[in-house]
Amino acid sequence: MKKHDSAHHSMIRALIERIKTLPVPGEGVTFMEVCGTHTMEIARAGLKKMLPPHIRLTSGPGCPVCVTPISYVDKAIALCREKNCVVTTFGDMFRVPGTASCLERERARGADIRIVYSPIESARVARDNPGKRVVFLSVGFETTTPGIAATILHAGDAEIRNLFFLCANKTVPHAMDALLAGGKAALDGFLCPGHVSAITGSLPYRAIAARHNVPCVVAGFEPIDVVRAIAMLLVQTAEGRHDVEIEYDRVVRPEGNRKARDIAERVFEPADAEWRGIGTIPGSGLRLRGSFACVDAEQVFDLSHVVSREPRGCRCGEILAGAILPPACRLFGKKCTPEHPVGACMVSSEGTCAAYYTYEQ
Amino acid sequence: MCLAAPMQLINIDGETGTARMNAVRQAVDLSLIESPAVGDYVIVHAGFAIEKLDRKRARQMFRALNTLIERRARHEKA
Repeated sequence: MKKHDSAHHSMIRALIERIKTLPVPGEGVTFMEVCGTHTMEIARAGLKKMLPPHIRLTSGPGCPVCVTPISYVDKAIALCREKNCVVTTFGDMFRVPGTASCLERERARGADIRIVYSPIESARVARDNPGKRVVFLSVGFETTTPGIAATILHAGDAEIRNLFFLCANKTVPHAMDALLAGGKAALDGFLCPGHVSAITGSLPYRAIAARHNVPCVVAGFEPIDVVRAIAMLLVQTAEGRHDVEIEYDRVVRPEGNRKARDIAERVFEPADAEWRGIGTIPGSGLRLRGSFACVDAEQVFDLSHVVSREPRGCRCGEILAGAILPPACRLFGKKCTPEHPVGACMVSSEGTCAAYYTYEQ
Repeated sequence: MCLAAPMQLINIDGETGTARMNAVRQAVDLSLIESPAVGDYVIVHAGFAIEKLDRKRARQMFRALNTLIERRARHEKA
């Protein structure tokens, strides 16, 4: 809490004191924060230590980089080794290990890999390098996908023909549903992701809340937002309700952002998707629609030779499912550190292992 | 990766614009939101405005943020 203002700190403390008075059934409750940004903020603010032991928080699969399968990383590496090829990527993907290399190492060896803040920058790179083929690594949840879709449409309008997309976009509610349906996690409520929900709205969580009898609260990203959302989950628990509520109402509307969803739906369609360590979740991914096959890197480039193997001993999958905490992995803090990551959860700034290593040891 | 920042639109040119938060100014694509207007507060993610904020709530948030920044700066000086 050092970094937070003392008045803010006092508000959080006061709210936690009130939380302690709320009734909790049996052996307590376990809530999952689905979003990686929540995971990092909770760790940074030390909230887990401030909460009473009968209120437990566990991290979920809400870091897009962490759940991107190793085969995707290997395909990206194969692409950056192609002649006259430029790979553009969000910075989060840069150090994620593939089977035998990573993008950072490939760039050190001379590959043309450029980190971009926005997918739009990839269109500029393609326009400025007409003799090269530019591939954007399209990774992200509902927050990011509409911007990528808009970039694809903009590039089409501008007749940029040398820009391609290697897609591994995913949708969060499907993963939440699969975690509970598969019995991979025993949860009493979800802190739902704030910026994913800015696009989706809160309605997609209704079916999950009803099917699995779990309350859901869409939370903002300040520590006080998270604590308020926990209080809202506890009130629902005490009252025996399984509703979907919005704590982050300065940004999120129940109906979400229809225009952004329409743009995403023009370009992408639902598909089954592999989540690293979790497996294939039906309908949880997005692939380019047939009319955009000409920009689909999987179809334009021959990637059939790419063979992938998961690192031995890595337990990212169980960590992403909330089944174990990072120290339960033998590699954690020994072979796997932020300087030398083995699993994706240690690489990403929002990964559960990175958050635990940095703030909770 | 879903990090996003609240910013205020200070200029619009078609489907792009400029947004600012204090001294930081950046180009923002506005094609994902309905009827953006100069003065609107928006949430910016990866170069795109992904949602508008309620103006009154956004002003409160910016004031609170600035107070935090000023207090922290004073604290660091001391």
